[in-house]
Amino acid sequence: MTEAPTNTASSMLSLTDPRVVRAIELIWREAALLDAKEYEDWQALYAEDGIYVIPIDRAAESFDDVLNMVYDDARMRQLRVARMTEGYAIAAVDAATTVRNVSRFVLASVSDQEVALKAGQILVAYKRGRHDLWAGDVDYVVRLGATPYEDRLVRKVVRLIDADDAVPAAGFLL
Amino acid sequence: MATEFTAETIYDLPPSDLVLPDRVAGRMYTDPAIFELEMTKIFERTWVWVAHESELPRGGSFKSTFVGRQPVIVTKDRKGNIHTMVNRCRHRGASLCEKRSGHVNGFTCPYHAWSYGLDGQLRGIPYPDAYEGVMDKSALSLKKLRTESYGGMIFATFNEDAGPLEDFLGDVRLWIDRFMAQGGGYPIKVIGTHRFKFKGNWKIQLENTTDGYHFPIVHRSWMASVDAETAEMMSFMTDPTALTHDLGNGHSVMQMVPEHSDLNDDDGSEPLQPRFDGLAAELKAQGLNDAAIRKLVRAVHGTGFNLNLFPNVSMSSSFFRVLRPVSVDETHIEHVALGPDGPAEIVDPVNRTRLRAHEHFQGPFGFGTPDDSEGWDRVQRGAQGAPEMPIMVNRGLAREKASPEGWPTSHVTDETGMRAAYDQWKQMMSDD
Ligand code: FES
Ligand SMILES: [Fe+2]
Repeated sequence: MTEAPTNTASSMLSLTDPRVVRAIELIWREAALLDAKEYEDWQALYAEDGIYVIPIDRAAESFDDVLNMVYDDARMRQLRVARMTEGYAIAAVDAATTVRNVSRFVLASVSDQEVALKAGQILVAYKRGRHDLWAGDVDYVVRLGATPYEDRLVRKVVRLIDADDAVPAAGFLL
Repeated sequence: MATEFTAETIYDLPPSDLVLPDRVAGRMYTDPAIFELEMTKIFERTWVWVAHESELPRGGSFKSTFVGRQPVIVTKDRKGNIHTMVNRCRHRGASLCEKRSGHVNGFTCPYHAWSYGLDGQLRGIPYPDAYEGVMDKSALSLKKLRTESYGGMIFATFNEDAGPLEDFLGDVRLWIDRFMAQGGGYPIKVIGTHRFKFKGNWKIQLENTTDGYHFPIVHRSWMASVDAETAEMMSFMTDPTALTHDLGNGHSVMQMVPEHSDLNDDDGSEPLQPRFDGLAAELKAQGLNDAAIRKLVRAVHGTGFNLNLFPNVSMSSSFFRVLRPVSVDETHIEHVALGPDGPAEIVDPVNRTRLRAHEHFQGPFGFGTPDDSEGWDRVQRGAQGAPEMPIMVNRGLAREKASPEGWPTSHVTDETGMRAAYDQWKQMMSDD
């Protein structure tokens, strides 16, 4: 059974709930892999039916009929990882160095199968004397496997605070 | 006219001497004084694209945007007339509208509540008695720009003396008509906009949309990620029929896929790409006949050309690329996705396909845009060096000839379109 908190602000995130801890560990592992640009390993954290989205409309919940910055299913993620690693993409070859923190977790729902969290992410990207700030809310849905090593992301939606404004073109992933 | 740039003279030459038939001075990308002149002599003198008609669907629709550096609001009034007005209150200068688009009855300034109609007329002033005998309300309309449109493309100009838009477009009109044929039997509409910025001069971007030469190099990563048919379609490097034409007034057209230049011209011999089988089946289930399906599916990639309009918009295959100069070394760009406008059950599946294709290449995380942007960033950085050394735009100069229509024409990988744009730049920058 899913225990869904009724109110975001008052929902307590229980760090004693091992299901929640597992989800957060996966999220932090994902963040570290992205900063390290280890895209093959990053991709492996996603379920086959998982989606990775950076919408333009911060409030969007469905993405099929609108334009997004990124809307990747498994096939597009595979192509994207190839692009980021094969050495043809000059933006990826000379990508900014990034450091990100994901925190301010709020529990959206938890069950033995799935944990949904909302978080805040602050990322600083440094390249050629410039620091760009990328801030956003991130929705995560983690599907719990038989062991923590089998936990997978089924949904990650990065809602940038400036999603509908002009952002720099990026050679890395959020 | 100067025949070469030297380290001693490069900063003394007037702007008009910075463009030669085969080269331009790198100073044009880096000199803030030139940027200031460009704003007044180009962006405030000529027709600048501000909107597509689908962005103003009804009376009360508005869009806020920029002409050069100046913020403007484009509106449609209740009679269907389109207005472009400076987004600045006539009282003490506050911006009237900070929303990108929407529907309103008029604009009320947040500061002292002066209110304006959709046509910019000052309608109301709170506590008006203090203005009695001081000023006449009718003289304080919003500052208006001339606004004209062709083929759904809406342009505005600060220049009261500019010639008609249609004269400025000239032979471009034929290509606008062809571009609009990608609706596949329907009008086209804006279906979404990517926005990104790069630290570089606006002309680096202006050049790029008519730069066939960079495509297989910079976009190798995108080419590697698409199916064989799409990659083959874009393999124009050695196709002698792939041509760029100088259309006059700084405009040019680059035909990467000449067999898709006129989408209405279809002898039926070209097979539809198998990756669209699912889309075709969806359309068939909606009762569309094979001819109607073919028209829509064949147009999913857009037209086979980039139509580059001087100074700020390119109609590029299946989307608009709009540039906004911010400063000498910063430019904002919009990639505006387009699709057919018709009954949802028909156009929605088509537009979903178009949205995914647009996301694949365009936008700040696309498989194409970040690589373009990296190239442009390098130009801005490199152009700081050796200011006397020119930027070369001479590719294909010796093989440029007039087409039967009289357009200077060369191969799609040549720099004919850049020469056209820089020639217009030179003329406008020499005008007093
Ligand atoms: S500045 Fe607009 S009403 Fe005063
Ligand atoms: Fe490009």
